[in-house]
Amino acid sequence: MEYLLGIQGKDFVLVAADNVAASSIIQMKHDYDKMFKLSEKILMLCVGEAGDTVQFAEYIQKNVQLYKMRNGYELSPAAAANFTRKNLADYLRSRTPYHVNLLLAGYDDTDGPGLFYMDYLSSLAKAPFAAHGYGAFLTLSILDRYYKPDLTKDEAVDLLKKCVEELNRRFILNLHSFTVRLIDKEGIHDMEKITIGAK
Amino acid sequence: MALQELCSQDQGRTRWSSGNMFGSNYQSDSSFSSSRCLFHFYIPVADYLDESPVQFGQISAAQSCSSVFSQDSILTSFSVPGDPRPLSAAASSQSVPLPFPHSHGTTTLAFMFQGGVLAAADTRSSCSGLVACPSSQKILPIHSHMVGTTSGTSADCALWKRILSRELRLYQLRHGRSLSTRGAAKLLSHMLHPFKGTELCVAATLCGWDGGEVDGRHDDDGCMVRTENVEKPEDTRLEKTQSSSSTQPNAANSSSSGPSLVYVCSDGTRLQGTLFSVGSGSPYAYSILDQEVRWELTLQEATAIAREAVYRATHRDAYSGNHVDIYHITSTGWTRRDREDLKEEYYRERERRERRLRRDATSV
Repeated sequence: MEYLLGIQGKDFVLVAADNVAASSIIQMKHDYDKMFKLSEKILMLCVGEAGDTVQFAEYIQKNVQLYKMRNGYELSPAAAANFTRKNLADYLRSRTPYHVNLLLAGYDDTDGPGLFYMDYLSSLAKAPFAAHGYGAFLTLSILDRYYKPDLTKDEAVDLLKKCVEELNRRFILNLHSFTVRLIDKEGIHDMEKITIGAK
Repeated sequence: MALQELCSQDQGRTRWSSGNMFGSNYQSDSSFSSSRCLFHFYIPVADYLDESPVQFGQISAAQSCSSVFSQDSILTSFSVPGDPRPLSAAASSQSVPLPFPHSHGTTTLAFMFQGGVLAAADTRSSCSGLVACPSSQKILPIHSHMVGTTSGTSADCALWKRILSRELRLYQLRHGRSLSTRGAAKLLSHMLHPFKGTELCVAATLCGWDGGEVDGRHDDDGCMVRTENVEKPEDTRLEKTQSSSSTQPNAANSSSSGPSLVYVCSDGTRLQGTLFSVGSGSPYAYSILDQEVRWELTLQEATAIAREAVYRATHRDAYSGNHVDIYHITSTGWTRRDREDLKEEYYRERERRERRLRRDATSV
């Protein structure tokens, strides 16, 4: 029902998320932001069960900030991803597991851009491109077909638009707008929202 | 007793003596040291949660875990409007008999407009097929500048509203200023979080007017690291309306002053917005509201639209009906309209229709 997408380029990561906050059959909000800023160059996209997403994402967000305050430097994206995964895994076999699916995208000054795929069973994989949600079934093959490791920013945005077009054509639910952000060595940039009219 | 005052319906407005509460008596450093006490509040029912869950109709731990894993499909999270079982339990099978049938049928709605916030709700309390109370109150005042619409289990809503009022009052006494609506919503959401997965069902819309704080730093969400954009509703409104409405809050301050509307649900959802409708009759209300609600509405128009939306929902939804309560929140507090019987509305509409038919027939 919700859709997340991440594409890693040569020196940037492009991420997009839909803007719908739904409650059973009703769209309660059309402009909901599913991205959480963990630090200057790390974004976490979080979807899943209603309260768990915000609770878990804010918990990780505050802990990453705390690390920065205590140690004076920020966690790298890989470290943040592993920290998140560890927390998910710890809660997995407790009475209150968090049912959340995440994409963590960041830019490390030494390692470059990184995109990490995590799901509610606390699996973690570093991937060149990734998607969550039912929309992933429709768009992963497009990404497989057109992705190249040295994509430029414009090519990545075009690839994103191809995915959104396909969702608009074939996905049963109306996801009419997407927040898009880009992370590169300068930080997180808000890009123009992609909006599609009704089919 | 302060609580008694603000819960009484006789007064049109309740006001705290806020004259000397704002900052003059409290030092900023003492508020920092006492802020640690904020979260040590007494949650009345947390104790028995560990003891006999089966007796109180809660889902067992194993059930709730397995239900979480099976929630990967969208179908499990659907719940037909008017379904008497709570939304949170719909995902897991009910192997434990409930002590009594729960009441969830409701139509409540709230929206922001240039004149503040308007909240409306029906007054029918249903228990499966029975109307348990035709004149219940679903909009509960929390303090002088905030009301909450309630939906879900009536008892849970009433209790948690009182707890929220108490906690907001304590916050005000400790820190010398009132919590914003967003802060109150976050507090309520965190208080309800331990009960996630149980039968507790509270879906409330907090409608309030935040007194303008000088800087947005005092917002309960604290650091601006979170990217959820609170100014967005105001921004889109600014784009849409060419005329500058004088009471429209400045986009820079919108997170700290002016009308505010936040939806909080016991499943953990917390959404800030400009229009919400909750309950079994909410889809019917949404369709009326989406057509008519604009920022520039006058108070009369807004009241008429709210009334009509509740009326149409009560017409179609079996679990909503009887009367409609309308509350209006402005910078001076909340005011309550007299309760109106929707039966009269039905007859009025019929008459209007007949008059129109007669007029069209004669004009032909």
